[in-house]
Amino acid sequence: MNRRQFIQAGVVGGAALAAGGAWFVWRDRDRSDPQRVQVKQQERIDRIIGAIAPVILLGTLPEDPQARAPALKRLSTDVGDVIAHFTPPVQKEVYELFGLLDIGIARRLLTGVSSDWSQADRAEISAFLDQWRHSRFEMLQSGYHALHDLVFGAWYASDATWGELAYAGPPVIQ
Amino acid sequence: MTAIADPIREGLARGWRVIDASTLNDAQAFEADVCIVGTGAGGGIAAEVLTRAGLDVILIEEGPLKSSSDFKMREADAYPQLYQESAARKTLDKAINILQGRCVGGSTTVNWTSSFRTPPTTLAFWRDRLGLDRFSDDALRPWFESVEKRLSIAPWAIPPNRNNELLSIGAARLGISSAAIRRNVKDCWNIGYCGMGCPTNAKQSMLVTTIPAALDAGAKLVVNAAALRLVKRPAGTRESATMHLELLPRIGTTTATHIVRARHFVLAAGAIGTPAILLRSNAPDPHGLLGTRTFLHPAVISAALMSEPVHAHAGAPQTVYSDHFLDSVAVDGPIGFKLEAPPLHPVIFSTTMAGYGAQHAKLMKEFNNTHVLLSLLRDGFNPESHGGRVVLRDDRWPVLDYPLDETIFDGVRRSYLAMAELQFAAGAREVLPVHEDVLPYRTWDEARKSIAGLHLRPLSTRIVSAHVMGGCAMSAEARRGVVDQSGRHHQWSAVSVADGSIFPTSIGANPQLSIYAIVARLATELAAELTGGKRAAMI
Repeated sequence: MNRRQFIQAGVVGGAALAAGGAWFVWRDRDRSDPQRVQVKQQERIDRIIGAIAPVILLGTLPEDPQARAPALKRLSTDVGDVIAHFTPPVQKEVYELFGLLDIGIARRLLTGVSSDWSQADRAEISAFLDQWRHSRFEMLQSGYHALHDLVFGAWYASDATWGELAYAGPPVIQ
Repeated sequence: MTAIADPIREGLARGWRVIDASTLNDAQAFEADVCIVGTGAGGGIAAEVLTRAGLDVILIEEGPLKSSSDFKMREADAYPQLYQESAARKTLDKAINILQGRCVGGSTTVNWTSSFRTPPTTLAFWRDRLGLDRFSDDALRPWFESVEKRLSIAPWAIPPNRNNELLSIGAARLGISSAAIRRNVKDCWNIGYCGMGCPTNAKQSMLVTTIPAALDAGAKLVVNAAALRLVKRPAGTRESATMHLELLPRIGTTTATHIVRARHFVLAAGAIGTPAILLRSNAPDPHGLLGTRTFLHPAVISAALMSEPVHAHAGAPQTVYSDHFLDSVAVDGPIGFKLEAPPLHPVIFSTTMAGYGAQHAKLMKEFNNTHVLLSLLRDGFNPESHGGRVVLRDDRWPVLDYPLDETIFDGVRRSYLAMAELQFAAGAREVLPVHEDVLPYRTWDEARKSIAGLHLRPLSTRIVSAHVMGGCAMSAEARRGVVDQSGRHHQWSAVSVADGSIFPTSIGANPQLSIYAIVARLATELAAELTGGKRAAMI
């Protein structure tokens, strides 16, 4: 995607983000069981975090597949918990972001990632993150920041990750 | 070593009147002489003063009651429990991250203890440019002295941690001034986890000082209760209360609405929360000033990689400052800034540093060798610095719209330059202003050239704030503000504002002590008035 195409995609994408958000809310509305909606939200977070976290956490996430899978699962569960603690308006915005990224056409248009998240190519994900990170469009750039902060925040909140920082954790004071 | 006493749990065991609104099934009606909304710096001081004057006080707190036994020094617990929006509150365009407390004690429970009197330059500006004739240094001095005594605010005798020492070393090598920050602590253990709630009760926050004093004197505290709006009671109502306050478990929820009837309401919900209550109440605002001129001390960050361990997570945070870049410019000229050295912990550090992947992982591995400076911009003095505006969303939640303009970015660029020069002078191997386009600089010369041409814009420039001020500015004349110089609402005489919302500009220093002293004065005056002139016991 060249710069001009990307800007076009951004303009279309900005509108899609607004409209898509509304569609996404509507789509979830007919599932009247809140617990089921919650499960669907978490599955969506699992799919997207499962794809992008290995790129965001490159050099940190364990390479060994046996260690990586549970680490990713824990991370996306923690991301879900963080979102659950936000106030309703912020929660709604974040769920809309994930909802939109989970729609095939929106994903292709807004991120340039051509295949489903489970199959997505790391180079494509990295290009998507770079484009959003430096985007002229506030909505895309703030979307990048949301993903950045959610992934790093949830990752480094866990004491399992402190070893790599050589951080011993808080002192024992009792 | 014996276990640390928890003054809150002890107080509850003694029979404090504390109600958790989240456990109430039916709508309740509370009554008191005075209802204080918010338990932070303003609400805490007001609570002690008004209760000591013999008034029946009810305190309303949006957040939970947590205390030292709950404070485990872990970001994963502290941010969701004790901060607004899990410490991820944002301005409308999401370009500024705001740290604000949401718990009993408000931001004083989680702040970093920095205690500065209101700078004389700020007070002179308020008097000379804004007509606030009651704000002379002499008039405020006794109030500063009394709250400093009450909250053990004193010079900090223990040497600064390395992160702060580097600020004084760099400043000395450049020939600019720096000094020690006074702190509100008593027998501080010098651990460095002030931001997650003090686990030893050394920090003399409202949580362990004024709130317990008020509760011991019979005040009632309702927690997990959001103040929705003030409602004027119909004329001819027999009760003495002319207004009541509606409470909800959370803004946006529709279950049980409790009410509080009181003769007087003191709003101290912080400079986003207080204007929001008045906006939801449709309070008279004949000059369109409510929620406007909200200031943040927008702060930008510069990280420095040192050759030696810094351990910025350990030891008291923010114990050294430099006002060189405030004092060397005209107060209303190009925006001035204050330099401080904040604490680093894994979540706040990793989310603050720009980038991802291998580049970010490399920064994280240098966690222990990283020194960080903050530059806090003194907004609201330059004629072009208008601050932001608190507005309500459709769902009645407030949000701060704070547009970032050239006045701010000019200060950001000078801040980046000043911090980089100082950090290289202090021995940094690399310096990294936190901006999406910047890679670490190896030399001051490289930094200077790059920063001069850096494209500064919202979201690419990492900006944070822990100091929300303004939005209900005080003024001598009704047409220039929301409240008078005593914090009394210009149109609603049964309402006072007693928090940082009343500041007509930013303070130009960490604001907690300004709030303590100014609220101590206005609450003492209010107490005298409500008790029929009886001399209220000063804090």
